[in-house]
Amino acid sequence: MSYQGKFRVWRGDDSGGGLEDFTVEVNEGEVVLDIIHRLQATQAPDLAVRWNCKAGKCGSCSAEINGRPRLLCMTRMSVFDESETITVTPMRTFPIIRDLVTDVSFNYTKAREVPSFAPPKDLAPGEYRMQQVDVERSQEFRKCIECFLCQNTCHVVRDHEENKEAFSGPRFLMRVAELEMHPLDTADRVDQAQDDHGLGYCNITKCCSEVCPEHIHITDNALIPMKERVADRKYDPIVWLGNKLFKRS
Amino acid sequence: MPELERHSFDVLVIGAGGAGLRAAIEAREHGMRTAVLCKSLFGKAHTVMAEGGIAAAMGNVNSSDSWQVHFRDTMRGGKFLNNWRMAELHAQEAPQRVWELETYGALFDRTKDGRISQRNFGGHEYPRLAHVGDRTGLELIRTLQQKIVSLQQEDFKEFGNYEERLRVFQEFTVTDLVKDGDRIAGAFGYWRESGRFVLFEAPAVILATGGIGKSFKVTSNSWEYTGDGHALALRAGASLINMEFIQFHPTGMVWPPSVKGILVTESVRGDGGVLRNSDGKRFMFDYIPEVFKDKYADNEEEGDRWYTDQANNRRPPELLPRDEVARAINSEVKAGRGSPHGGVFLDVSTRLPAEEIRKRLPSMHHQFKELADVDITAQPMEVGPTCHYVMGGVEVDPDTGSSSVAGLYAAGEVSGGMHGSNRLGGNSLSDLLVFGRRAGAGAAEYVRALDQRPAVSEDTVTEARATALKPFQQEGGENPYTLHMELQQSMNDLVGIIRRQAEMEEALQRLEKLKERAQSLTVEGHQQFNPGWHLALDLRNMLLVSECVAKAALLRTESRGGHTRDDHPSMDAEWRRKLLVCNVDENGVSVEEKPQIPIRSDLLDLFDRAELEKYLTAEELS
Ligand SMILES: Cc1cc2nc3c(=O)[nH]c(=O)nc-3n(C[C@H](O)[C@H](O)[C@H](O)COP(=O)(O)OP(=O)(O)OC[C@H]3O[C@@H](n4cnc5c(N)ncnc54)[C@H](O)[C@@H]3O)c2cc1C
Ligand code: SF4
Ligand code: SF4
Ligand code: FES
Repeated sequence: MSYQGKFRVWRGDDSGGGLEDFTVEVNEGEVVLDIIHRLQATQAPDLAVRWNCKAGKCGSCSAEINGRPRLLCMTRMSVFDESETITVTPMRTFPIIRDLVTDVSFNYTKAREVPSFAPPKDLAPGEYRMQQVDVERSQEFRKCIECFLCQNTCHVVRDHEENKEAFSGPRFLMRVAELEMHPLDTADRVDQAQDDHGLGYCNITKCCSEVCPEHIHITDNALIPMKERVADRKYDPIVWLGNKLFKRS
Repeated sequence: MPELERHSFDVLVIGAGGAGLRAAIEAREHGMRTAVLCKSLFGKAHTVMAEGGIAAAMGNVNSSDSWQVHFRDTMRGGKFLNNWRMAELHAQEAPQRVWELETYGALFDRTKDGRISQRNFGGHEYPRLAHVGDRTGLELIRTLQQKIVSLQQEDFKEFGNYEERLRVFQEFTVTDLVKDGDRIAGAFGYWRESGRFVLFEAPAVILATGGIGKSFKVTSNSWEYTGDGHALALRAGASLINMEFIQFHPTGMVWPPSVKGILVTESVRGDGGVLRNSDGKRFMFDYIPEVFKDKYADNEEEGDRWYTDQANNRRPPELLPRDEVARAINSEVKAGRGSPHGGVFLDVSTRLPAEEIRKRLPSMHHQFKELADVDITAQPMEVGPTCHYVMGGVEVDPDTGSSSVAGLYAAGEVSGGMHGSNRLGGNSLSDLLVFGRRAGAGAAEYVRALDQRPAVSEDTVTEARATALKPFQQEGGENPYTLHMELQQSMNDLVGIIRRQAEMEEALQRLEKLKERAQSLTVEGHQQFNPGWHLALDLRNMLLVSECVAKAALLRTESRGGHTRDDHPSMDAEWRRKLLVCNVDENGVSVEEKPQIPIRSDLLDLFDRAELEKYLTAEELS
């Protein structure tokens, strides 16, 4: 059940590079990351790739397979035709380090710009009480494994280096939404989302949601509700105050 | 030679999993300038993979729970070989550590009255594991990561610099610790990205590097688990204990081959999943050991009733401690009653409605669907044992996490003692927080009390650099991947789940040969992000640690927890009083017996005498 698969893998560094052709054994049940590992062990020992859990849990192995942003460890070889040539390239939105490894520091910078959880001052540890229905909204966003595939895909930054400064990207706009919907967070996050993280740049194309390996409804459940809150605020600041008070009761 | 990059900190934490991050938070809150070093990206450490939950006797689901009950369960799980003081501190402090996570922003699943929900797990008397579906580790690591960011934001406000007092160096590998005389003076390593070397000067180093599973072929562990911290500690002069005890998790995936070993969380059983052999029989009823007879149901009806009425029924034997279940599966497969791909069946599809399965076990549902084309709401899974966790590690002072080397601390999976011969599920995540915090505080106190900071000599640096570059200097030697595969195969076959004297002796001979061959490894390419070179350096650690495991396992002539001897199948109370201690000097690895510290009497009083008689010698009981 093994066959010789055809691969084209991007190799190079920040000074340039190109696609290299490989023919390599493929066995039943394997994923693309297995093939990359086989290349390392047999043909290209210095082929650079990031990975960790090999189970879709850590978000390290993001790349583009035949142009589609995906996790290498969760892409099964059986979805391709045996005769097909499979092209593996690094994420396009981030600077190249080497081969399939990119510099994802943009994301860590943006993460640091989102003000942290603001805990209620009047509750001691152990006194937090929240209902399951109320935590579920934020829990959906906390499933994020920070693979940054959504960040890589969003057209606002994909081919627009100039927008990176003002736009935090779907992952971190969702983080703002997560905190805004946290039943016990005491900060106001609506204006931040618009003014500091560039929510206005998003035109709800949903491309981010389509590539999310955790199937998080980034656009529908985080971005659109945040946009609605921004719109409400414009008309009626009292609504916001009422919402915050209501949350705690 | 290019100029060496240098940094100076008060406390250096090696590892960014639960233990390392909690330690760093504590050290920073004690006013220390702290650095965290990790091999992968920040937020991707192994802890992210933990699924089932974190054990803490909060009593939210069953108010009879208390730290005393948790302590008892932990000692039983470890077959009384645990360091009792660690087990005591752990049981007492775990609830505070979990509640603290909520103040950092964690969102655990809730009970009806709005508290943190708790689930059942093997070996825990009451529902005790706080959890978020089956992605608890992700929640833990993200929460700690976000707490670190929040501390950095405070520094930004105060100093205009996020990294003033707490800095993360990601994709950085430490290859050697450096000392000044008897004391720790810092660490040496390389940026994975550029291959450039860096010296960190620091009077205190906390090891939080996790485990050693990558020395075994079938494992749930990632590439990071090469036993670096264990080896760094040994080479710096600290000792390791309990290295013979390795936990083989009973349920790893067995098919397809490329995912063999990947974990199937114990929550599947905690939530009602059952194990069956090829005859369709729930075989675990045949494997309840004598010491657990009064705690586990001996028939299916009672076992099933337990899920809804725990007060009046005993728990099903699928929830026995992991070592028991792993051995049982091994026996069934050997007896020819296994599943088509050499495991047994784990079935939750006939036990819970599909909707409920998707809700409680979302990532298992996803994992099997995506990787094995199996829908766990409709079909059974195929599972078998996989190397999962090392109980052994750096011998530490329970209260401060200090090793025997001044300035060297350890916490989390790299430390030893807390879990004795076998760890209960959920007790690792709580261990990380309890002892991560203690090590952070211990290191801070140590640094504060110093009147002179240690200095690093240039010779040490030159030597560390030469060791790291050696694989590039050689030609015609072997490829590190080949050697790694042989090591994994040997450890798996010869020092695996069931052990025999002759096989372990053979393993030691093979290790000797591998060590020789490792001397002349050759890597191609250059220092920039070169996985072949990285593996060559990791192999040095794996070989050292594997030798400790094999030597200790050969010496311990009994079966206990994560150490099963075919030639010495029973537990021996005399052996409970002995620890095996590994050290390294110019002659290599030595393993010596050392008396176990006797359990404090008020803690012994928490057990029935009849139970103690199963574990302790007559002398200890009198
Ligand atoms: C699949 C799976 C599921 C699990 N589920 C549970 C569960 O439900 N409950 C539970 O309690 N336990 C569980 N465990 C066990 C638990 O997750 C681990 O024991 C625990 O996370 C280890 O944490 P740690 O902080 O000690 O190390 P880790 O989280 O492994 O972190 C180690 C860190 O050290 C760094 N490091 C290592 N070597 C070096 C070096 N040379 N230089 C620099 N940095 C280095 C790594 O990069 C990493 O950042 C599970 C384990 C696995 C594999
Ligand atoms: S929905 Fe918004 S954030 Fe997502 S890809 Fe489209 S523009 Fe980007
Ligand atoms: S939201 Fe989804 S796609 Fe984006 S980083 Fe998180 S897991 Fe990845
Ligand atoms: S390796 Fe962790 S998500 Fe692919």
